Amino acid sequence: MNDMRILERDVETNAIKIAAKGVQVFYGDTHAIKDVDVDIQDKTVTAFIGPSGCGKSTFLRCINRMNDTIDVARVQGDIRIDGEDIYDRKVDPVQLRAKVGMVFQKPNPFPKSIYDNVAYGPRIHGLARNKSELDDIVERALRNAAIWNEVKDRLNAPGTGLSGGQQQRLCIARAVATEPEVLLMDEPCSALDPIATAQVEELIDELRQNYSVVIVTHSMQQAARVSQKTAFFHLGSLVEYGETGQIFTNPEDPRTESYITGRIG
Amino acid sequence: MTDATTPSAPGITPVSGKGSLLVQDARTRKRNAAEARFKAYGIAAITVGMLMLLILVFNILTRGVGAFQQTFVTLEVQLLEEKLDKKGNRNIEDLKKVSTFGYAPLLRGAFETEIARMGIETDLKPKAMAGLLSAGAPAQLRNLVLSDPDVIGTVQQFEFLASSRVDGYLKGRVSRDSIANDKNISAEQLDLVDHLVTAGAIKKRFNLDFITGADSSDARPEAAGMGVSMLGSFFMMLVVLVLALPIGVAASIYLEEFAPKNWLTDIIEVNISNLAAVPSIVFGILGLAVFINYMHLPTSAPLVGGLVLTLMTLPTIIISTRASLKAVPPSIRDAALGVGASKMQSVFHHVLPLAAPGILTGTIIGLAQALGETAPLLLIGMVGFIASNPPDSIASGLLDPNSAMPAQIYEWAKRADPAFYERAWGGIIILLLFLITMNTIAVILRRRFERRW
Repeated sequence: MNDMRILERDVETNAIKIAAKGVQVFYGDTHAIKDVDVDIQDKTVTAFIGPSGCGKSTFLRCINRMNDTIDVARVQGDIRIDGEDIYDRKVDPVQLRAKVGMVFQKPNPFPKSIYDNVAYGPRIHGLARNKSELDDIVERALRNAAIWNEVKDRLNAPGTGLSGGQQQRLCIARAVATEPEVLLMDEPCSALDPIATAQVEELIDELRQNYSVVIVTHSMQQAARVSQKTAFFHLGSLVEYGETGQIFTNPEDPRTESYITGRIG
Repeated sequence: MTDATTPSAPGITPVSGKGSLLVQDARTRKRNAAEARFKAYGIAAITVGMLMLLILVFNILTRGVGAFQQTFVTLEVQLLEEKLDKKGNRNIEDLKKVSTFGYAPLLRGAFETEIARMGIETDLKPKAMAGLLSAGAPAQLRNLVLSDPDVIGTVQQFEFLASSRVDGYLKGRVSRDSIANDKNISAEQLDLVDHLVTAGAIKKRFNLDFITGADSSDARPEAAGMGVSMLGSFFMMLVVLVLALPIGVAASIYLEEFAPKNWLTDIIEVNISNLAAVPSIVFGILGLAVFINYMHLPTSAPLVGGLVLTLMTLPTIIISTRASLKAVPPSIRDAALGVGASKMQSVFHHVLPLAAPGILTGTIIGLAQALGETAPLLLIGMVGFIASNPPDSIASGLLDPNSAMPAQIYEWAKRADPAFYERAWGGIIILLLFLITMNTIAVILRRRFERRW
């Protein structure tokens, strides 16, 4: 729905899409995220890196309020998308998630046909008035996710029958079909082989044209390859946030340096 | 390091401290022996189980198959007008005034003529001859006459049920020794039976009425059938399915997907598990107290039976439904929520369809359990001789007094006449066939829809 507006804008815009201030997350008694401030720019790939359990996925899940589904999780602080507080009482998480799409670590297509997988989001949000509009949306999403050529002849085949890399791109297609403004990716390549990873990475770079992409990754090489901005998390705190090139070549914090050189993590 | 030992020429003992691999050390031998023993115990346990099952099946079949066969006597009966319709106007009201007693002489006459025609010599009086027939034989004549008055005055061939003693004689249950103290049959009558069997007038054949018919009084075990109690069971299962499935599934979905996890839901969860273990007779008392004494629903009605069995089946359905909802991977829920589906959409569009086979399997198994339940029916009056005709509508099926298959079997098994005993075994065969069918459907469903993600 915002496609046209986004295309008209300068790709190298520095507009801030997501602004987080003083975010704290508790899982029961565990303090998982400690006072994180971060500004994520529009049409940029932002990578969250850090050792396991450092809270990067938890923080990612705050951005579309997926933590709401966990009973014991509590989120404090202020996260704004386009200046609107997403934890405001008036915000319906369902509406928020239509605006902030998410791709998960493990490819999780619905056990339905490829077509139905992609069409599900547009259907429940009423994005298509008729069958041909829905067909267009599905095709556009599959093209965006660079999987159209592989599946165009078998849209009715089950999505679970695809290979791991194809499944993940199908999930990306499913996420972009609802035309979100932000795309969250939680280690999207951790279950994929190097070839599929390369395809997904290429895709992430293309998605940057239209979306603000936030990617959590274990692989520092991947962060270096796909992102423009990188945030390093350690033990629940945001240690350092800046230009990817600067983080990898000239980190300010000694902990960042230790991590990227392989001494911690 | 290994290079030194690899080119092992035969006959050279390896120098390693662990000893030769070709010889089992004491520990290994002990461990292997324990494993072999355990396997042997397992095989023995399974063999004993299979053997018991075989004995059970063999017993049920040998004793029960007889119930599906019945002895019939073929007779030509002259439907005398002076006995049946003295006025001769074929008025149905007048015909109805002749009771079954009025038909009995016709049977005696028929026997006399038949035996004379066959040239069999016997000292038996005609009344004793007619004693070979089931007590229901005159009623059979009367029913035909009432349904078609035009047959009066003609000679018709009939196939009558033989009395249970004659039937037992042909099946080997009754012998000349065993009837010494039996007033219902004499050795002379058995002689006559022998003659009639040779002449082809007495035959044993498949008896459909055992499957479709109603229960009968103590005096006529040969006429008793499972049919009406099968319908009773059917209507109860209908009630159980209509009530327990939606209530059980809705409760499980709420508890599993929506309810907050706190002490209250914990208590509910524990109680559901406990309910599944409550003896079924307790549910019977509950049904008696609530549905009959308080709500004044009719006694012995399949509706009440179904309600009681619903209470009994609910925990089973809830537990299996929750288990199959739990088995749906959380990634599916995440995926649905991730594209902006609401909680309810994610459950009804994705989780429930994936859990459906498990839910159906649990439901069928719950139904099969309910189908075989006797104890709760005792207390709401569904066990006993309920002389009912097949229900003619759904309402009467639900509200008229009826029995159920296991209750019918129990009822037959406790009656004195050994002829009922055979029917109890036959009833068990039918009940088991139903249960096997239902469980097979459950297994097929589970196989077919297993793990589609």
